Amino acid sequence: MAKVLVVTSGKGGVGKTTSTAALGAALAQMGQSVVVIDFDVGLRNLDLVMGAERRVVFDLINVVQGVAKLSQALIRDKRLENLWLLPASQTRDKDALTEEGIRRVITELKTKFDWILCDSPAGIERGATLAMRYADEAIIVTNPEVSSVRDSDRIIGMLDSKTVRAERGERVEKHLLITRYDSARAARGEMLSIDDVLEILATPLLGIVPESQDVLKASNVGSPVTLNNANSAPARAYMDAVRRLMGETVTMKVPVERKGLMDRLLRRRAA
Amino acid sequence: MMNLMRLFGGRTASAPVARERLQILLAHERGRNGASDLLETLRAEILGVVSKHIDLDPDKIVIRMERGKFVSMLEVDIEVPNSVQRSKLAAAS
Repeated sequence: MAKVLVVTSGKGGVGKTTSTAALGAALAQMGQSVVVIDFDVGLRNLDLVMGAERRVVFDLINVVQGVAKLSQALIRDKRLENLWLLPASQTRDKDALTEEGIRRVITELKTKFDWILCDSPAGIERGATLAMRYADEAIIVTNPEVSSVRDSDRIIGMLDSKTVRAERGERVEKHLLITRYDSARAARGEMLSIDDVLEILATPLLGIVPESQDVLKASNVGSPVTLNNANSAPARAYMDAVRRLMGETVTMKVPVERKGLMDRLLRRRAA
Repeated sequence: MMNLMRLFGGRTASAPVARERLQILLAHERGRNGASDLLETLRAEILGVVSKHIDLDPDKIVIRMERGKFVSMLEVDIEVPNSVQRSKLAAAS
């Protein structure tokens, strides 16, 4: 049974696209068949982060409008044969995305893939609502920072009211993915801690991705971080997150070195 | 080491402030989901009632809801034109 997942956040620049690429690749690395869809019409970037920018011929809008067939628009990843990309259009006709058109595309993709990952644009406008519209589950990408947490709260409210599932009285299962986490700064009380964010957003935690240079290195060369450096801390965090998505129980750990007793005591004091 | 420096240097942690600000803000924003529609409904109905008796510029009705810890205040601000403007309006229509 295919699962439709939206990767969303409200705020821009928190790591939606990076996370979509990394999670999509990680799922594919575990043998699942995966398609990642870029919903950011006009500002597409998933193709670039995945290193497929020169292979885009047709896009999501072409398929929605019937100009191209789905099979013509899908781009197969060069490294993983069971990972595919459906790019966004770079032209600016956002209104070309219709709810009915997206429904048709997703219904067709569901017959071909195990996982459909929708990379939402930032904001709460049409693109973002369409990306979440048909989702079964949602990954809310949040940075431990006030504006990101506030916007995530807003998006959580929308997931509970504007999705097809919500309208049917069903639930969109929500997962929180905390990215750009710096445990040293959190320990010093300079950054919201994981517990703070969880308490405020009251959403189950899927994973903690540490702030890391490996993320930029991976996007520089157009390779999801789980492929580019599988042993790096962010790659391990994404791999753990994917195992949890697939139902495995994986101990939640902040993927950096353990802190000593002194730090923990002081962290409690700071919190 | 940094922790010791913080203890002795008196540097204060900012995360608790962030956490508290967010908790207060979100408690209000979550309550407002749907409440913004309430304010718009109130505005339209108050405008309807007052307009029966006084010529009003619809833009001159401002409704605000201020939430306090124990009570909230609903503030309705209606700007009524004076009689000169009123007769002008009547003449124009």
